Amino acid sequence: MIVGVLALQGAFAAHQDRLTALGVDAPAVRTADQLARVDALVMPGGESTTMSHLLRTNDLFGPLGSAIGDGLPVFGTCAGMIICATEVLDGRPDQRSFGAIDVGVRRNGYGRQLKSFESDLDVSGFDDPFRAVFIRAPIVERVGDEVEILACHDGVPVLLRQRSCTVASFHPELTPDGRLHAMFVESIESPS
Amino acid sequence: MIRKYADDMSETGTVTATFEVKRGLAEMMKGGVIMDVVTPDQAKIAEDAGAVAVMALERVPADIRVDGGVARMSDPEMIEGIQSVCSIPVMAKARIGHFVEAQILQALDVDFIDESEVLTPADETHHIDKFAFDVPFVCGATNLGEALRRISEGAAMIRSKGEAGTGNVVEAVRHLRSIIGDMKRITQSDQAELFEWAKRLQAPLPLIQEIARTGKLPVPLFCAGGLATPADAALAMQLGAESVFVGSGIFKSDDPSPRAKAIVEATTHFQDPDILAKVSRGLGAPMTGIGMDEIDTRYAERGW
Repeated sequence: MIVGVLALQGAFAAHQDRLTALGVDAPAVRTADQLARVDALVMPGGESTTMSHLLRTNDLFGPLGSAIGDGLPVFGTCAGMIICATEVLDGRPDQRSFGAIDVGVRRNGYGRQLKSFESDLDVSGFDDPFRAVFIRAPIVERVGDEVEILACHDGVPVLLRQRSCTVASFHPELTPDGRLHAMFVESIESPS
Repeated sequence: MIRKYADDMSETGTVTATFEVKRGLAEMMKGGVIMDVVTPDQAKIAEDAGAVAVMALERVPADIRVDGGVARMSDPEMIEGIQSVCSIPVMAKARIGHFVEAQILQALDVDFIDESEVLTPADETHHIDKFAFDVPFVCGATNLGEALRRISEGAAMIRSKGEAGTGNVVEAVRHLRSIIGDMKRITQSDQAELFEWAKRLQAPLPLIQEIARTGKLPVPLFCAGGLATPADAALAMQLGAESVFVGSGIFKSDDPSPRAKAIVEATTHFQDPDILAKVSRGLGAPMTGIGMDEIDTRYAERGW
């Protein structure tokens, strides 16, 4: 199985490290050709405006949108979550997203860097808490009926799943704990 | 090894301003371009071009070089003007050792502080205690020892200094090669040699031992100082930088917007010469630039 990591900008190398540690082939994806070769895709944290701009200039928006429509499993973290959402608040007017998961998110909803934080999360199905790092994170303000909430922080959903799309408003790639990546890889192998 | 002045906010172990949280923002800027801007209009051009952050300052380094005199922190009103028009992180510069300028920048809610040699140093011996702040810091370095001293003071990002305001990439290359070259040599050293490395670099032994294990700095390494073209950005990235700062190179060129966009593309596709050839076309004249033997003041020599 090949789990590509969108590598236009951001913390893609850390995601590749987590996946490689699980024994998964995790090539960087920067072009439509590279996208065509993967079984699933991780969209990393970074600047969502930059990524959205580069998806457009590199003619990736169309092919990636079609692939997601055809059921390509995706895991979006932070900026990656914004790009997967149906609704983006406080984004740029030209910012586009894929609508792969029915949530409304507000960009930088927790505030600027001084409001960034880390915290323990109780994740559905995990025995022990998961240490999560939130960096200028998007905040989930609306969750569709079809969406499963896997973890919350102070009552706000921060880890969610709908069909083959999983999103987190935090950064599982910044901590050595590989459990969320393992959960994503498992969901590709045996879709629910 | 890292001291944390962090505030525990709740029983769920929610904390702000940890080293992981500070370094985390630097991680998010990897593979990107941070652009110097002096007006809200320039900040919009930078964001539209795909910048991952902007550095808000009153004069770009090329103008500071021409004007001379004392260069200080920017007017808060000017920084707030830039914060109000863009949604990407806003960085601002404080003078080396000027911890009160840093306190003011933190009060303004900037996302990152650059303790920068481009401004006139305020302290000839001490850098800012960066652990005393909740906002993350980036500092310049010309060699590995300098980088590790800044990290031991709490920097969450290192940028190779280069020579700001020259449009000449030669010093950026020298500093990047020096930092990365010494890291490569340290990974080849035995345990006894690591003590000698710590002594020679005037750097903490635990950080040297960490590099011997990992081959890299414990924080992201970006490149700054003299980059003016898409090829310069890709050169820095191929040499091992994880992102680039472009200062005077964009807004001192003939046509800033297309150049800014091209440098963003070049930083993403730094290993693809076909794309680099495509984006380098028709950008108009870059900033003129100056040779190292033509300048009186080397900013890179500031910092200790």
